[in-house]
Amino acid sequence: MSAATYPGPVLEVRGLTKSFGAVQALSGADLSCMRGQVTALVGDNGAGKSTLIRCLTGVQPFDDGDVHFNGQPMRLSSPTEARSRGIETVYQDLALVEDLTVWQNMFLNRELKRGLGPLRLLDRRRMIAQSQAHLERLLVNMPPVRSRVRRLSGGQRQSIAIGRAASWGSTLVIMDEPTAALGVRERDAVEQLIARLRADNIAQLIISHDLEQVMRVADTVWIMRRGRTVGHWRTADITRERIVAAITGANGSDPAARGDRL
Amino acid sequence: MASTALANRFGDRLRDPTFWGDNAALIGLVLIGAAFSLLSPYFLTWGNITALLVSASILIVLASAQQFTIVAAGIDLSIAANLPWSAVVFGLTYNAGWGTAAAIGAAIAAGAAVGVINGLIIARLKVNDFIATLGMLGVMSGVALIASNGQSFSVFSPFLQTLALGSLGPVRYFYLIALVVVLAAHIIFRYTAFGTHVLATGGNRDAARNMGIAVGAMRIAVYAINGALVGVAAVLLVARTGGADPAIATDELLSSIAAVVLGGSSLFGGRASMLGTVAGALVLTTLLNGFTLLQVSSFYQPIAVGIVVIAAAVLSRFQQ
Repeated sequence: MSAATYPGPVLEVRGLTKSFGAVQALSGADLSCMRGQVTALVGDNGAGKSTLIRCLTGVQPFDDGDVHFNGQPMRLSSPTEARSRGIETVYQDLALVEDLTVWQNMFLNRELKRGLGPLRLLDRRRMIAQSQAHLERLLVNMPPVRSRVRRLSGGQRQSIAIGRAASWGSTLVIMDEPTAALGVRERDAVEQLIARLRADNIAQLIISHDLEQVMRVADTVWIMRRGRTVGHWRTADITRERIVAAITGANGSDPAARGDRL
Repeated sequence: MASTALANRFGDRLRDPTFWGDNAALIGLVLIGAAFSLLSPYFLTWGNITALLVSASILIVLASAQQFTIVAAGIDLSIAANLPWSAVVFGLTYNAGWGTAAAIGAAIAAGAAVGVINGLIIARLKVNDFIATLGMLGVMSGVALIASNGQSFSVFSPFLQTLALGSLGPVRYFYLIALVVVLAAHIIFRYTAFGTHVLATGGNRDAARNMGIAVGAMRIAVYAINGALVGVAAVLLVARTGGADPAIATDELLSSIAAVVLGGSSLFGGRASMLGTVAGALVLTTLLNGFTLLQVSSFYQPIAVGIVVIAAAVLSRFQQ
């Protein structure tokens, strides 16, 4: 079955473990992401969210467990391999080059060329036009594609980084704290972008500390504590207080949370 | 109507401080040129301009070489030794009967080899650019002295004589070569994926690595290109002086860096402006030329050059 038509979860993780020496960073993490849905991953600092993401995107190898991507078992060895499979990650540093223009960043290391052999030059016009068309469709407050990223606001940069991740026919976009450093209005713009990618049927996995935001934008939420998944709910079925309780492990919620799981 | 709009737009650009920052070298060149042409009737003659361009050619090639490393957030201090080393290689191979083409090839290969060693030390052994090329500055000045036995020697080549003195119509071959180097560099930075990747490597190394660019290979490549261009400059130097001197032209190092910085490229990398770099090299050469015309003591020249470089750095604060 082709990747685009596979009906099950885009990403399915079961029992992932990872240790650094004596430290058990992941001790049985589960996760699944559906096409056209926003999945939130929450948990306290040190709960293992970042390690889980790094294992999923090939930055670090994991020790044990199963990862299925579009129904196929997957074990990545590099972020480049993840990208070629259609998994894009927007890290907090955004990986934008400030002195390059918006369109140069959009096409960084995927440049369009014209001409033959060693004389293949950049097809600047086509890259500018495609960046323009792609971003125009996604962004409300569209910065000029010819301006340097240095001139853009934090929210515009975040939008460009997400917009870049969502191009190239990606099926899963992972975002680490996409709005942590933004003001209210810019945060709203990024959340609109997330909603638009959701309508485009892209699977999105968002790490966020902002539980209000999780309730606003996410369809499902996975909660991690001490390296394992302790809860999984539809956001429609849960309150913010219950999530907080599960994150902190208050009122003995570990077994209770398990009972509630989907 | 249209001309008013145009004038307004031009006026807006002039009021925008970033315009002055981005074009500091070009503006400086125009101002200095205007000043000298008022002070000396001889300055704006074709004869003097030709002489100026010819004497700027070697610096322009060296500044282009320096531009490649600076764009990648590096710097090449070993230029001051690589230049005489490549010149000595040219002289030795040519005098050994290799023929002009082979000797030119040897000089460029010798320069490129030094560049590759610089790049390997920096990218593979993870030595800071400044330290690595400072070390190679010492190593290569010694190697050049050993290879030439410490003696400068003449190189009689009719081809190089034509190169130094001949012209294509009114255009002297000498600065035509510099022009070709500059155009090639401009095309690389603006119209090739390689150039974009070099800019990205210099602008934000982590981001470039994150996007799958082989940043180590990029850094080795820029030092290799830098070295090869120093080899080209060495051939021009031998053509101009008619000999190879293992201890020549140490002031070209500072001038090459100054030209690039004058031209608006950040020493932190990520920005390339070949037009700016050429203008920067011309500013430095024009200062020397004008002072010579006005018979100002050469002791004042480094003072003027230093002030111009600092003024350009102040202007570049307005860049965006």
